Amino acid sequence: MHDRPLAALAAGLAAREFSSEELVRHQLDRIARLDGGLNAFITVDEEKALAAARAADERLARGEGGPLTGIPIAHKDLFCAKGWKTTCGSKILSNWVAPYDAHVVERLAGEGAVLVGKTNMDEFAMGSSNESSFYGPVKNPWDRTRVPGGSSGGSAAAVAARLVPAATGTDTGGSIRQPASLCGVSGIRPTYGAVSRYGMVAFASSLDQGGAFGESAEDLALMLNAMAGFDPRDSTSVERPGEDYRRDLAKPLAGLRVGLPREYFTADLAPDVAACVTGAIDELKRLGAVPVEISLPNQHLAVPVYYVIAPAEASSNLSRFDGVRYGFRAAEYADLNDLYRKTRAQGFGAEVKRRILVGAYVLSHGYYDAYYLQAQKVRRLIARDFTEAFEACDVIAGPAAPTVAFPLGEKSNDPVQMYLEDLYTISVNLAGLPGLSVPCGFGAHGLPVGLQVIGNYFDEARMLQVAHRYQLATDWHRRRPGNLR
Amino acid sequence: MLTLDEVRRIADLARIEVPEGEVAALQQQLNGIFGLIEQMRAVDTAGVEPMAHAIDLTQRLREDAVTEEDRHALYQEGAPQVEAGLYLVPKVIE
Amino acid sequence: MSAGWEVVIGLETHAQLSTASKIFSGASTAFGAAPNTQASAVDLALPGVLPVLNAGAVVRAIRFGLAVGGTIAPRSVFARKNYFYPDLPKGYQISQFELPVVVGGEILIAVEGVEKRVRLTRAHLEEDAGKSLHEDFHGMSGIDLNRAGTPLLEIVSEPDLRSAKEAVAYAKTLHSLVRWIGICDGNMQEGSFRCDANVSVRRPGAPLGTRCEIKNLNSFRFLEKAIDFEVRRQVELIEDGGKVVQETRLWDPQKGETRAMRSKEDAQDYRYFPDPDLLPLEITPQAIARERDAMPELPAAMRERFIAGHGLPASDATTLTASKALADYFEAVVKAVGGEPKACANWVLGEFSALLNRLEVEADAGPVPPAALAGLVKRVLDGTISGKSAKDVFAAMAAGEGEADAIIEAKGLRQVSDAGAIEAIVDEVLAGNAKQVEDYRAGKEKAFNSLVGQVMKASRGKANPAQVNEILKRKLGQVAGLAP
Repeated sequence: MHDRPLAALAAGLAAREFSSEELVRHQLDRIARLDGGLNAFITVDEEKALAAARAADERLARGEGGPLTGIPIAHKDLFCAKGWKTTCGSKILSNWVAPYDAHVVERLAGEGAVLVGKTNMDEFAMGSSNESSFYGPVKNPWDRTRVPGGSSGGSAAAVAARLVPAATGTDTGGSIRQPASLCGVSGIRPTYGAVSRYGMVAFASSLDQGGAFGESAEDLALMLNAMAGFDPRDSTSVERPGEDYRRDLAKPLAGLRVGLPREYFTADLAPDVAACVTGAIDELKRLGAVPVEISLPNQHLAVPVYYVIAPAEASSNLSRFDGVRYGFRAAEYADLNDLYRKTRAQGFGAEVKRRILVGAYVLSHGYYDAYYLQAQKVRRLIARDFTEAFEACDVIAGPAAPTVAFPLGEKSNDPVQMYLEDLYTISVNLAGLPGLSVPCGFGAHGLPVGLQVIGNYFDEARMLQVAHRYQLATDWHRRRPGNLR
Repeated sequence: MLTLDEVRRIADLARIEVPEGEVAALQQQLNGIFGLIEQMRAVDTAGVEPMAHAIDLTQRLREDAVTEEDRHALYQEGAPQVEAGLYLVPKVIE
Repeated sequence: MSAGWEVVIGLETHAQLSTASKIFSGASTAFGAAPNTQASAVDLALPGVLPVLNAGAVVRAIRFGLAVGGTIAPRSVFARKNYFYPDLPKGYQISQFELPVVVGGEILIAVEGVEKRVRLTRAHLEEDAGKSLHEDFHGMSGIDLNRAGTPLLEIVSEPDLRSAKEAVAYAKTLHSLVRWIGICDGNMQEGSFRCDANVSVRRPGAPLGTRCEIKNLNSFRFLEKAIDFEVRRQVELIEDGGKVVQETRLWDPQKGETRAMRSKEDAQDYRYFPDPDLLPLEITPQAIARERDAMPELPAAMRERFIAGHGLPASDATTLTASKALADYFEAVVKAVGGEPKACANWVLGEFSALLNRLEVEADAGPVPPAALAGLVKRVLDGTISGKSAKDVFAAMAAGEGEADAIIEAKGLRQVSDAGAIEAIVDEVLAGNAKQVEDYRAGKEKAFNSLVGQVMKASRGKANPAQVNEILKRKLGQVAGLAP
């Protein structure tokens, strides 16, 4: 059963070929059997999952099911789910049980999707390798000595190993697209404001956006149909009519202008990755797309700008973790300030602390203009580059990550090398644009490579169309890690 | 580039205890990050409006109505220390 | 007060806006609930929650801007003020920093009859913090977050105030204004209106001295005392060769002194930056026009109208417009009487205000509604009762004994204005008091008063005094005319 994509599972459920309970039991068995070696999950709750599966079966029996009813899914462990431990991969929330549902959790549960577990992640979504999790690193299902990417590494690995057919993630600087690329699955980050951030524990509020992983672009469209939409509880949620993200899947690509940023195809890009991406672009050409060379002249500033803005927002967002109202509190302290200092020193991991300190510094008196304000201005320049580029093309294509999955431990002691993992994804977040990654071949060591497709604001349906047409012509997305039966 | 004193100052601002023996290593890591950031500072941004949000919209307003009910028992379930409905902390000095 | 020194004061006033729900959450703002029962997920800063701005708070800020003649920003921005404190759940306060909702404006104050314009720097929207309770919980403090997220308008004056008295006059005028326009209940015991005072001293003409900020002054009396104390402290310090250190101080009402706040000792670095969870607040000209149309007449305009339109003395007009409830009451009385504003003002500012003071209530909560007072005023004006009886009638009305006419009838207070009846009494008195008549004739004016008294007594106080005077004078003249 785990070999079928989401749409096929939905068809099997609708035809009563198998029940949701059977499907969920199958996936739970698979998790029990395989996750020990992957560490993709922080929490799995059989009891809750089976209860939800039985409820979904009743709904299906009444003929009231939708395309996700009875489908097992997993949430990245920063989406609050009522009654579920929600840790954000951190010690500081190791005992915190969410008392409410995130908008995304509510929507997917409302569609009858069955939550089986919460996936591992870089602590507070800060990382590109999933090694900063308090709960240990996630292993890449293609090679367990390598990283799955991050920060949504647990979700990407869970889908890659077919522990669940689909999972949620968040993407602040590439945290869906980069692990999707490294794990050989499809992943989408929608336009900022398309998916409500309510109940999604914040890392950098102006960059965070929830999205999804699945086997195929069609799976992603089904997930987005449930997840996206206006939510009055998020002031940055955009009020617009609902849409069916599958609506353009059947359309051919003839005449589609695909922008190829000059700055994406340079020496920074590993040759094996470049070869796969170029091959994918050739395939798009065969499907009728027209390549257009474009330029994103401020692309090289995206990583520096991001490492001012994201830490600044994070330093403030993470101030609420102070050991007063919930979460971890240090066992011993001398006074109030000592309580704060020890709780936060012991509760946060090294990377989170580094980013909080960078953020505090760039906002502090005397440095604000030179760092934070300047970063906001350069951010506008980066966003403008895209606006101009989209006058000449319909979508932009390029790599999602500069290399294939790297060995565990290789970059974990070198923050700057780790930050450069997001070279091709970060500018999309700064501009607030949607982006996706779909498998497009295998590079060094037989490891998967992703093709990134960037769309204009709220142009997800077109991006999914491109990815779907590509997936109809190729089978990279159907490949499985050989060692996981 | 940050001095050791600046590292201590921001750690204090952020309420994160850094053992004195780790300040120098932390300084080095932070300065590595600031080395990466540095190239952004030289860009000419005269006349460019800062971009604080990913979308160019204005704030939506909520109607003034009470929509929340008392859930303090639920919210305080996992609290570190609670008494008589209050969160307890070491004595606050004014 | 301190010879040779000029005092410079600016006030920062926090007015709690009278919304039903909090500024960024749907929790109630009602005062006095059990601890943390009105602290929602947003107010507690649970992971993942987000703020959404309350329209009621914005409307109130617009009203304030209009009332003080300030500029209402077409675009203002919410910022985060970052600091750690247990009553601040997010570790930052959402406030406005670079772009506040109201810029400029002024408040007109009067101290001992002298008027002065106090300029406002700005007014901005922000959220209140919770409360730390210092009763003993095994040596710990208890945190109640019910107040966290209550909407505040922080109103900042320019350093235009030159004495504690001026500061108090400014605070009182502002207090009256925010209640007048219905944006704040003004309840100072509950902390709905509280002031921080920035105080410095200098030699006249010298540049501004170093200022100290005195926090959380929640009564006008404390405001005055704290400033007076602080001025003395600073002057003595300087005169003794010391230097004022810029710091935050607290007023200790028990000791009657200010002291440095220990928690604010280290220089704060609030790391303000625009809140990424909230988009810029846009206020359209239409929204401003809507509030302008809905605004009540402002006290200054009403005061002018009372002077120019009603011909009231300035002092009456000022007192009547000190509170909207009193001004509205006065207007209702004048309307019900159908004019005679001076007579109405006398009653409202006299007996009625005395009653309010005794009961410690506002004009709209007193036991005598405007129509009832108007009923009484009319009876005085048409001579039905004497001014003296009217006070008794008012007391009876205040005691809930009914309307003026009913009380007059029940107590038999109606004046006798029938000339024939009064003449008969006068004749009787003249006949029975030959001595006084003679004295009067001999030029003793006092004898006349005695005769009036006799007539009033004989009428049991009901004779119309004006008529008694007139008839008595005429009759005595006749008697005099008959004399040889």
